[in-house]
Amino acid sequence: MTGVDGRPRWEHHTRRQRLARFCGLLVTLVVFAWAWQALGVRYDFVVSAPAEVQDLLMRMYPPDMAYSYEIVGPLIETVNIAVLGTGLSVLLSVPIAYLAAENTSPTRLTYLAGKLVVTVTRSISVIIWALVFVVIFGPGPLAGVVAIGVRSIGFIGKLLAEAFEEIDPRQPEAIRATGGNAVDVMVYGIVPQVKPAFVGITTYRWDINVRSSTVLGFVGAGGIGAELFAVLDFFRWDAALTILIAILGIVLLSEGLSAVVREKLR
Amino acid sequence: MTTEPGSAETPSRQWQRPTVFGSHRTKHAVYGLVVAFIGWNAFQLRISVDRLLLGVSEGATLLGRMVTFEGVGRHELSVIVSGSIETFAMSIVATIVGVVISIPIAFLAARNVSPLLGYLLGRGAITFSRAFHGLVFAIIAVKAFGFGPFAGVVTLVFTTVGFYAKLLAEALEDIDEGQIEAIRATGGSRLDVILFGFLPQVLPRMIGLAIYRWDMNIRSASIIGIVGAGGIGQVLLTSFERFDYGFSMAIILSIVAIVITGELVSSTVRRRIQ
Repeated sequence: MTGVDGRPRWEHHTRRQRLARFCGLLVTLVVFAWAWQALGVRYDFVVSAPAEVQDLLMRMYPPDMAYSYEIVGPLIETVNIAVLGTGLSVLLSVPIAYLAAENTSPTRLTYLAGKLVVTVTRSISVIIWALVFVVIFGPGPLAGVVAIGVRSIGFIGKLLAEAFEEIDPRQPEAIRATGGNAVDVMVYGIVPQVKPAFVGITTYRWDINVRSSTVLGFVGAGGIGAELFAVLDFFRWDAALTILIAILGIVLLSEGLSAVVREKLR
Repeated sequence: MTTEPGSAETPSRQWQRPTVFGSHRTKHAVYGLVVAFIGWNAFQLRISVDRLLLGVSEGATLLGRMVTFEGVGRHELSVIVSGSIETFAMSIVATIVGVVISIPIAFLAARNVSPLLGYLLGRGAITFSRAFHGLVFAIIAVKAFGFGPFAGVVTLVFTTVGFYAKLLAEALEDIDEGQIEAIRATGGSRLDVILFGFLPQVLPRMIGLAIYRWDMNIRSASIIGIVGAGGIGQVLLTSFERFDYGFSMAIILSIVAIVITGELVSSTVRRRIQ
């Protein structure tokens, strides 16, 4: 490209790069237009949305403080579900991780089976697991615990399998060389090496699970979600704000606790 | 007085495994506390064994009805297809709108771009958006805007902002200050600094993050229908309410397929860009 005085002018991008950028932008816009039209959203909804939100906030404030005594129980239940669900998940995922790690899995087939379980449990959301387990166990925290437990297998199993794969093979070998049996190899050769990773992964997942347990109540699987669902049904926005503040509190608390534990491990 | 091995009088000759807690007493105390905490949690919920056992037989029946895809016909399949299309459309609209809204918030939340007040405001917005599970926003949006995909899009936009603005702000904080200084030295205004100093450095990351977030939004879009916010999740809830478990299974498999497709597309495109 030449400038007005006939000399070459510096440009950031070549013609081809500019064309590619332009096409990228165009495709994005076209896809956006198609998606917007496919949703069939009415424009007056969009226009009135800011006013609706403002109205909502006015109704929410101030929070209904008297209601806060009633949600202590469900809040504790939420934490209970997260703890037991994580515990169940640990019990289920240790053998799965053992199978899904290349160096500890007995055969190629068991390795693939382990990987399959990890992938399937991870790609189905906790709320879908909760729907299924509410049908099986009936409404209540039991369904929530099992949903959290099954959903977390993928996460804990995958990370734990990676921890198994990264261990130093000389330590189990040393135990074997001194005449230790399979249990000794496990207890003195493998467990000490994966223990920090294990504690870190479990704490991290527990913290994620506290957040997940807050929504289980929407489908009847226990915890604070049921309360939120109920107050919103009656449009008690001030009580809803109380619940939101409570959820924010326990989520930040568990996040802080998990951060402290993981910091200690380092 | 006889001394037991390992008591305070005679130092133990036996080898003990070292522990990170300092002393073995602390170690046992910590383990005891953790066990007690889990025990208390179990006691609180009082899960009965017969309910668990009842569940196992119930589960077998359910599984039987699910794997045979009982009651899935042509009509059901067309419902799944339209639900999937809505899910995709929601994720696309929400990602684009969310990213556009996130960009100014990210600049606000980057310490090296904005003044302290702006920084605190931006960070506050991000923390708030990240603190709640997407479904909590969804259920509120449904009450505020009514059933349907619009509530879903609003939810996804909201959760996108927390994620995208946070990571973009971190990318902005990590950039090379030399380029910023160069623009300033040539007499560039504040806007010039942002357009020619900051933006080119974070643009590839912005595109990568947007595609990554799109993949996460597909995941969310496929489930937020469970509280009425549009997409295939809404169909799933209806099928459960009608005890139409064969249909439920078909929908769950479609959701898995949608999620995996999104993941594949996203990882392929991101690899191409980088």
